[in-house]
Amino acid sequence: MSIGAKVRSYIQENFLFSEDTGAFADSDSFLEQGIIDSTGVLELVFFVEEQFGIKVADREMIPENFDSVANIARFIQNKQAAQ
Amino acid sequence: MIAQTPHLLQDTLLLSAARLGAKTAVVVEGQAYTYDELRQAARSLAGTLVQHGLQRGDRVAIYMDNTWPCVVSIYATLMAGGVFLVVNPQTKADKLEFVLDDSDARILITDGHLSAVFLPLLPRLNKLSATLCSGKVPESNSIIAFEQALKDSPATAHHRAIPLDLAALIYTSGSTGNPKGVMQTHQSMLFAAGSLTRYLRLSENDRLLCVLPLAFDYGLYQLLMSVALGATLVLERSFTFPAQVFARMEEQNVTVFPGVPTIFAMLLSAHSREPLCFPSVTRVTNTAAALPDDFVARMRPIFPNALIYKMYGLTECKRVSYLEPELVERKPGSVGKAIPGTEIYLLSAEGQPVAPGETGILYVRGPHVMAGYWKRPDLSAHMLKAGQLPGERVLCTQDYFRMDEDGFLYFVGRNDDIIKTRGEKVSPAEVENAMHGIAGISQVAVVGIPDELLGEAIRAYVVLEPNSELTEKRIRAQCLTRLENYMVPEEISICSALPTTATGKVSKRALLEQN
Repeated sequence: MSIGAKVRSYIQENFLFSEDTGAFADSDSFLEQGIIDSTGVLELVFFVEEQFGIKVADREMIPENFDSVANIARFIQNKQAAQ
Repeated sequence: MIAQTPHLLQDTLLLSAARLGAKTAVVVEGQAYTYDELRQAARSLAGTLVQHGLQRGDRVAIYMDNTWPCVVSIYATLMAGGVFLVVNPQTKADKLEFVLDDSDARILITDGHLSAVFLPLLPRLNKLSATLCSGKVPESNSIIAFEQALKDSPATAHHRAIPLDLAALIYTSGSTGNPKGVMQTHQSMLFAAGSLTRYLRLSENDRLLCVLPLAFDYGLYQLLMSVALGATLVLERSFTFPAQVFARMEEQNVTVFPGVPTIFAMLLSAHSREPLCFPSVTRVTNTAAALPDDFVARMRPIFPNALIYKMYGLTECKRVSYLEPELVERKPGSVGKAIPGTEIYLLSAEGQPVAPGETGILYVRGPHVMAGYWKRPDLSAHMLKAGQLPGERVLCTQDYFRMDEDGFLYFVGRNDDIIKTRGEKVSPAEVENAMHGIAGISQVAVVGIPDELLGEAIRAYVVLEPNSELTEKRIRAQCLTRLENYMVPEEISICSALPTTATGKVSKRALLEQN
């Protein structure tokens, strides 16, 4: 499974509680779509750290890195490439 | 001509713009707008609203995130002589329809990213005479682009309200299930903003942060106070990405940080991962739910130069009390005394004064008390009682408090079953009603359980119809389509039956005692 697909399935499972894969696009903003709220971002960060073996600094928890499936996948790839 | 003393809420903008036109009024997600720009945009939009049929006293529903168009819409509505209501952008279709219908909204101002929710409703909302939309405008002949509404600035004479007219309806959850619109007049809101400004010791040099929704009166008043002072509001969409908010606070030299306990808990958790420090902040405020006693001490290193305010309030009078920050250590657990220009007292259930230390029901007297609930005289009568002066009405909060020998107030409990989660009021009845609409659910009971981060977490006990294939997850997925995210139960417990009382009602007490 690609990084994006893993992230998407985690979000569907844990935030939307659904198997409907067409509910949102990879580029959709979680904020605008109301998919994740303030307490959700930390859970998402913990998932990313554990699943992909990277360390996320607090200053990296910003929309550019975490506000869509596409942003998260890109962030993880960049972090992994830098390791 | 502009009056030198503001009589109407929008006068505060006109006065500040006349005095400080080139100053930054609002910074929205990093973009700065001056007082001149806010006045000009609001005037233009007010013209468009009147052109589309807005009459004095008509309601304008603003269903938007914390954005520049949202700020402009609030002042434009007032300038046009209308009454604004800000609807939380997390609101789903059923409730949005209820609020638009209940308020008899004449105009809806919203944003393209919410179109999946509002578009299907439009054909049914026959009281609406216009819909304006910012951002990506859905393809529809009848929707006016927000940007266009600002450009076409017809020189229409605006309607002029008087201070006794309504300025806003603020919808709040009640134990009866459906939300109700708290009616606030221009004079009550101006008074409340002035009283808060005074005890928070704010000035035009302040830079107030707002991460709270403008649909929530606590968020809304950050804007109202800031504009009235000629200060600067640093408006963020939410606290979802704390690191972004922290960066903005530093970049903008924020001086006032208003939060709720859940935000402070997240702040403390971030601080334990990587130390935070905001020396520019000189005032930190908390309301909506009690701040745990140890939080103040733990927050000191994060805000080394700040006065920390513990406050208590309810939408029905905006704010009731605050504790002088110098007394925080000396009066632990207290929410202080009445805000300036108001008074509070405790009465027994029989209406008699109670002695210091004894529990009583809190009453509030002052110009900040609401005019009542919109179209709900029954509910208004429950909260507004005859005062000492002929014809006067005081607010009976229906909350239990005690007062110490020095007159300081301590919260004891609510007399309804409202759940306070993340600083938001959630009506169990509203959640139960929404869940009853899910096919396969036979019975449901919703309770609040203590939670370190949320204050209270929502737990639903569900009895399924025979042969139903609903699972906990599927129920939550259904809830998300019907309820604001914060109202969706954190826990769902599927059981075979719900315990009942002798009269056959579901016993929530028995449910809570099971665990």
